[in-house]
Amino acid sequence: MKANGTVFKYGDNVDTDVIIPARYLNSSDPKELATHCMEDIDKDFVNKVKKGDIIVADKNFGCGSSREHAPIAIKAAGVSCVIAETFARIFYRNAINIGLPIIECPEAAKGIEAGDEVEVDFDSGIITNKTKGTSFQGQAFPEFMQKIIKAEGLINYINQK
Amino acid sequence: MGMTMTQKILAAAAGLPEVKAGQLIEADLDLVLGNDITSPVAIHEMDKFNKDGVFHKDKIALVMDHFVPNKDIKSAQHCKCVREFACKNEITNYFDVGEMGIEHALLPEKGLTVAGDVIIGADSHTCTYGALGAFSTGVGSTDMAAGMATGKAWFKVPSAIKFNIVGKPSKWVSGKDVILHIIGMIGVDGALYKSMEFVGEGIHNLSMDDRFTIANMAIEAGGKNGIFPVDDVAIAYMKEHSKREFKVYEADADAEYDEEYTIDLSTLKPTVAFPHLPENTRTIDEVGDVKIDQVVIGSCTNGRLDDLRIAAEVLQGHKVAKGIRCIVIPATQQIYLEAMEEGLLKTFIEAGAIVSTPTCGPCLGGYMGILAEGERCVSTTNRNFVGRMGHVDSEVYLASPAVAAASAITGKISGPQE
Ligand code: SF4
Repeated sequence: MKANGTVFKYGDNVDTDVIIPARYLNSSDPKELATHCMEDIDKDFVNKVKKGDIIVADKNFGCGSSREHAPIAIKAAGVSCVIAETFARIFYRNAINIGLPIIECPEAAKGIEAGDEVEVDFDSGIITNKTKGTSFQGQAFPEFMQKIIKAEGLINYINQK
Repeated sequence: MGMTMTQKILAAAAGLPEVKAGQLIEADLDLVLGNDITSPVAIHEMDKFNKDGVFHKDKIALVMDHFVPNKDIKSAQHCKCVREFACKNEITNYFDVGEMGIEHALLPEKGLTVAGDVIIGADSHTCTYGALGAFSTGVGSTDMAAGMATGKAWFKVPSAIKFNIVGKPSKWVSGKDVILHIIGMIGVDGALYKSMEFVGEGIHNLSMDDRFTIANMAIEAGGKNGIFPVDDVAIAYMKEHSKREFKVYEADADAEYDEEYTIDLSTLKPTVAFPHLPENTRTIDEVGDVKIDQVVIGSCTNGRLDDLRIAAEVLQGHKVAKGIRCIVIPATQQIYLEAMEEGLLKTFIEAGAIVSTPTCGPCLGGYMGILAEGERCVSTTNRNFVGRMGHVDSEVYLASPAVAAASAITGKISGPQE
């Protein structure tokens, strides 16, 4: 399994409030949430993002509340993978559980800039910056986590078992 | 390489001879917890499963505590949803008005959490049960749903920070001061992803209630869990409260830790966390002159019997200052009853405080003590984020029950010795 796309780059401590502001939490419809994704940190994001694009960020991505709406909005906006130096732990869980691939890789977070074309191989954990011709070793997902992601979420995965 | 205490519990629950930090595993669960806010979401998720029912009707705990007794129609609807689910699935450990208490005080008291358990809860303070030597951590609603359906959850094995506890605390220093001191030292993401493993001879000088308070706030340092070794104090507590068998795990002598700290309890002073982060700590002699409007003594952090005893000791023979609202909330029905029998409730009422039925209430700005614009509260709860207890321009100062009670008497943040 691979992800391929153009990079949107953010800094430290991107919290769940800027990913999906609380004022939109009266909806749990992924499509509607997607139209407000990253609204309070990057107004242009929803206009520019294309299916398959990749978010790269620095430390503690997804900190704040445990709302699952945050990874749901990112996934529904078409993002194929989030790479960060570190993730806040409940966001990390929620992302995997709803089938949004995420990878921690401090070197990649430093070595990738906005607009770079990047490929992520989930089987090997290798992240390739095609624009700069560099590559980084992120942590590969073990088999059952890959299955969760392929099944588009924990509940589908359990249903398929 | 050796394993930490947390890693050993996780390895056993995953059926593996050993695990390493960073490894992703699937583990069997001993308990899945939800409350009146998070359970309805998880119950809705469960409808998506193509199999009906729950994995084990005795291994799910549903506790109605945040807005209970129901504060409004929405919260009543939520509880109704959970009540119907509990009834349909014959959930043994469903706790509603009359039996309920704040989840993290209630479950150990009911004997549902013991050493060696692996516990997830759709509430971030699920880490409390580490005080008994269990692995327990907070999760989201999909995890809770999957846990209820399958009895399993996936985890990323955490690395650990070791806190070597030595010495004996002075009379007015409690578990709350210990954990506030630690969070002030390492910061709100100082333990991100990690286990906070507490060891050392000083632990003997911490009561079970102190340990629950410390483990409870591991999440406030970003921790995945906080965990204590199982000593005779913990064993006595479990024997008194639980019929379940417990399993004692110990860290290997050659376990690796990312960092190690030594905390000498004898040097600690009563500590207060200033708005708006638990890491903004000052010792009581550094707080200056901070006038307050309200005091809350309660929550999953400090609503236990030890907490009420010390607050009553401070308030005994004194009056809450004119214009200060002092709200005391025993965390469970049992604590409420014991506080009544010991005469603590009488002390509170005579001092001019109010005593409420168990509820989370003001801790998350739910009800029973919401702050107006510009108001300040000294609270024994665990979070002082912007707007946590009410208006966005109100302020919460986190402190121990002793400091909270003393502040109620003086009307400003005060140490119990003043
Ligand atoms: S008392 Fe406060 S922190 Fe504890 S469970 Fe209730 S709302 Fe959460």
